[in-house]
Amino acid sequence: MLTGRAWTFGDHVDSDAIIAARYLVHNDSHLWAKHVLEDLRPEFAGQVGFGDFIVAGRNFGCGSAREQAPLALKAAGVGAVIAHSFARLFFRNAFNMGLLIFECPQAALAVHDRDRLDLDPYSGLIRDLDQDKSFQAQPVDPYLARLVSQGGLLRKVARELQDSYKG
Amino acid sequence: MAQTQSQKILAAHCGQAQARPGEIVEAQVDLVMANDVSAPLVIRAFHQAGGLQVFNPQRVVMVADHFTPNKDLAAAQTARQMAEFASQHGLGQRFEGAQAGVAHSLICEQGLALPGELIIGADSRACTYGALGALAVGVGSSDAAAALITGRAWFKVPQSIRVVLTGHLPPWVGAKDLGLEMLRRLGPEGAHYQSLEFHGPLLAGLDLEARQAIASLSVDTGAKAGLFPADQVCADYLEGRARRPWQAVSPDDQAEYSQVLEIDASRLSPLVARPHSPHDVAPASQAGREPVDQVFIGSCTGGLLSDLRVAAGLLAGRRVHPRVRMMVIPATPRILLAALREGLAETLLEAGAILGPPSCGPCAGGHLGVLAAGEVAVSTSNRNFVGRMGHPKSRVYLAGPAVAAASALAGRLASPEEI
Repeated sequence: MLTGRAWTFGDHVDSDAIIAARYLVHNDSHLWAKHVLEDLRPEFAGQVGFGDFIVAGRNFGCGSAREQAPLALKAAGVGAVIAHSFARLFFRNAFNMGLLIFECPQAALAVHDRDRLDLDPYSGLIRDLDQDKSFQAQPVDPYLARLVSQGGLLRKVARELQDSYKG
Repeated sequence: MAQTQSQKILAAHCGQAQARPGEIVEAQVDLVMANDVSAPLVIRAFHQAGGLQVFNPQRVVMVADHFTPNKDLAAAQTARQMAEFASQHGLGQRFEGAQAGVAHSLICEQGLALPGELIIGADSRACTYGALGALAVGVGSSDAAAALITGRAWFKVPQSIRVVLTGHLPPWVGAKDLGLEMLRRLGPEGAHYQSLEFHGPLLAGLDLEARQAIASLSVDTGAKAGLFPADQVCADYLEGRARRPWQAVSPDDQAEYSQVLEIDASRLSPLVARPHSPHDVAPASQAGREPVDQVFIGSCTGGLLSDLRVAAGLLAGRRVHPRVRMMVIPATPRILLAALREGLAETLLEAGAILGPPSCGPCAGGHLGVLAAGEVAVSTSNRNFVGRMGHPKSRVYLAGPAVAAASALAGRLASPEEI
């Protein structure tokens, strides 16, 4: 069970807003964590708690295909992103980088900023403890859940390679 | 269950009889591509995952196209890194130097993408190979790196929108106008997570260059891919070109589509997409007469031989307006050679155009003709976001080659009917 506070955002949060291109010259996820989402909510990076949730509107992660966007969110301690919908390449990159994401239009509309949430990643059930409401997100596909638990795509491939060398 | 072309291709590549929309499948890919923007990231991720060899050296394509001929030290280092990786792994398909050109156009022209194949590319416009009936999808650099090692990638099986193209193309209306009309109708998210599958009587009159332009623009509707059927036009194009045997994959007659979008070409006039959105589309004749500083004819959606022919047809015996810098950049070396042999190059140069080396040119704002603050361009490329082609205060109109050439002659945004 994941628990944390909600940080709400609107529609079309693009990959530049998640982590601005000016920070990409440094290949340093700790630096990205300090500047994640700073153009939209400057207080976010300093105040986000480990395991907190992003709750956003439509087309989260649109714009460039940069993989640093989910990496920056993960490095900042974000437990999961819940959104009305995700941009296609962000959807791919999030699972490949080992970040859990959930599509749930009802939660995207109802959850207030700073509400306390818990989320069962296996069933996709989201509970808003402050409003005493529940929302059912699309459960994560088992293949993608395994990808996240293995630490993302490159770690999964690395492990398979090691196994094949041993074998 | 009756299946779409996309479903059938995915099912065939993951050893299942069926692939259901929404399902995640891990599938064998037929080809992996990277360019000089993505290759450094792909190569880094390849090593990070402990990759020692690529799954099949003949099924990896690396192309230097954005910054070729090497525009600066960083581009030169990247090209060098790609060359070393290619040589170390015996990659069969690497294009640089005199072979360089726009990756997506080269892959189609060289018969490297084939009907029924499943292809991933570390570039959003990899969907261009849908022109040949392949399911071709743009992915991130880690996806491409993992596939280089394993030959596999995961996919969410898409629903499909059936796009039916009907009618006849009026004078000066071409593939780009059909594509822009599709962007106007679907908007940036209209095909979110879905595939576009093209059908209809107009297809018999759309050659493989026209299909490449339309397939490439699929991504700008939010689509994962855009696929044409592998019909007789496609089979004729592949004759003597295909690098491997291939088998057409057609949708089942009863396949279910999320939506049917009909585009009647007869009702179209030459179009433009106004700054700063590819979806802000209007007839060129009603888009104002803004003075133009640069005209660019090139890219995977506007630098093919048919585009050069249209432009040369309008420019023959005329002069580009003195205020306009007109850049013509053929997408591939073969197109450049054909343009020389057909006399198009001479026509364009006599009219006052600059002829550049095959590459992406200024399309992504990286090289060969970027725009200054306040400059206005008419371009046959495919994106006109703020700062895309140079300075954030420059403005770009997207159009087909006829509107671009007419604007070059008039020195302002113009419709070819005016010339």
